Amino acid sequence: MTRLPDHTERKLGLVIDLDTCVGCHACVVACKGWNTENYGAPLSDQDAYGAEPSGTFLNRVHSYEVTPETGAAQLVHFPKSCLHCEDAPCVTVCPTGASYKRSEDGIVLVNEADCIGCGLCAWACPYGAREMDAAAGVMKKCTLCVDRIYNETLPEIDREPACVRTCPAGARHFGDLGDPESDVSQLVAARGGIDLMPEQGTKPVNKYLPPRPKDTWEQTDILAPFLTPVADSPQGFLGWLDRALDRL
Amino acid sequence: MHPSPSVIIFTTLSGLGFGLMIFLGLGAPSVTGWVAFWFYLIAYVLAVGGLMASAFHLGHPERALKAFTQWHTSWLSREAVAAVAALLVMGIYAALAVFFGLRIPALGWLGAALSLLTLIATAMIYTQLRTVPRWNHVLTPLHLVSTALAGGALLAGQVTPASVLLLAAGLIQIGHWSVGDTRFAEAGHTLGSATGLGSRGQVRAFEPPHTGPNYLLREMVYVVGRKHALKLRILAAGFGYALPLVLILVPGAGHVLGGIAVISHLLGVFASRWLFFAEAEHVVGLYYGARV
Ligand code: SF4
Ligand code: SF4
Ligand code: SF4
Repeated sequence: MTRLPDHTERKLGLVIDLDTCVGCHACVVACKGWNTENYGAPLSDQDAYGAEPSGTFLNRVHSYEVTPETGAAQLVHFPKSCLHCEDAPCVTVCPTGASYKRSEDGIVLVNEADCIGCGLCAWACPYGAREMDAAAGVMKKCTLCVDRIYNETLPEIDREPACVRTCPAGARHFGDLGDPESDVSQLVAARGGIDLMPEQGTKPVNKYLPPRPKDTWEQTDILAPFLTPVADSPQGFLGWLDRALDRL
Repeated sequence: MHPSPSVIIFTTLSGLGFGLMIFLGLGAPSVTGWVAFWFYLIAYVLAVGGLMASAFHLGHPERALKAFTQWHTSWLSREAVAAVAALLVMGIYAALAVFFGLRIPALGWLGAALSLLTLIATAMIYTQLRTVPRWNHVLTPLHLVSTALAGGALLAGQVTPASVLLLAAGLIQIGHWSVGDTRFAEAGHTLGSATGLGSRGQVRAFEPPHTGPNYLLREMVYVVGRKHALKLRILAAGFGYALPLVLILVPGAGHVLGGIAVISHLLGVFASRWLFFAEAEHVVGLYYGARV
């Protein structure tokens, strides 16, 4: 059903902290590992041990260099997966109804049994979040680990996306962005979370937390007042010695 | 975008086929019997051949019937529905004309309208994509539909409509190129807005996610050399529009010149269609540092 729901009960999604991501690609590996064995067709690789390896990934980490007007350049690691957009253009273009957005939690999924592999949804996505699997001939995308988050056979601690569970830096957060009281919504509000390419009008659910400004030298001496010498002129024995030496 | 041969062949041949279908439906030329048989054969071979070529680029052509279900939201689904409806209606109209010498104008008009709808739906598949600013404006459907109509008129041997349409389609083609060239910049998508880091300084792609290529790069980050693009544009405009126009306006131009005009047009449109895809810049290229 490619008509978008007017409203979703929840807006499950990810919040990605560009300040803490260290670019280790652990989420990429965890995502590929979980999703190649679970929901839908495996994420195939082509020429995996050859000269031009290539494969399907639902999550990829880019790295960008930002050079401000003044000051040092900064390196920002930038994980990117499906943003589970509210106005998902990838869903409405699908001719078969294979692509859909769930009204209960807003997750955007592909029913692989209906997908004809036309690739139009990948053209419609501004973020490069959909990849056609070269072996299966169907469209693959982030499922928000729908087969983990509701999976009662997993220990409760594991009922979150594989990428979130594995991130060693705590740079990925999962939750309901439709609930202003949720931890993720609070985090977005506190850190000024942003949308990617808002001018495309897709209304992404996933948010990105911008890198925080670097410390400056003026700020580093918060403790300095406590460290400066208390008395310029020493007292007691040292004071006598100081005065005696001065007199010499 | 990757200029995939199946899509280029599909849009070019089907466009021509449905263009011809429109003129046959309108009774220009008003043909019956054997003459009608050959005209309809050409129209069907082009339209159906194009559709078959497009099916080849699907990952799962055996599920193609599912593509008829989402016409209420999807232009690709609408195209499929309209194409089959047009082929069915025109099939009945053609059978009556060929075997019984009977032309039912209302049926022909319906077939022509459905064929036009098919052309528009095909064009809208590309026009609707905000991710490809070069396509995302009104000149795209005008370009694709006017070119198909011009080709149809040419094949139908309708000299006056063909010359008017060739001229119009040629001008629209040039307009589509020149407007398209600035669309990406005008749409305002930059690596800064793509990453949300633009307000902090100059953003540069430092390292791609993987050392190897991937589906996104192959499909959407195709880069075409500007020098070749200009040469191809000249060839496309010359062979696709200018030469056929001159040829059919030669006094007493017969079937031979007409045939050469059709072949020239077809070659030109192939070149134009290759450029249509190869020059189209998808915004995802920004993430890979490819649109600066
Ligand atoms: S990020 Fe792309 S694939 Fe995901 S919902 Fe948005 S448009 Fe669709
Ligand atoms: S590739 Fe599959 S999911 Fe995507 S638009 Fe085509 S049929 Fe729909
Ligand atoms: S939520 Fe699951 S599918 Fe999506 S990027 Fe994370 S691990 Fe991959």
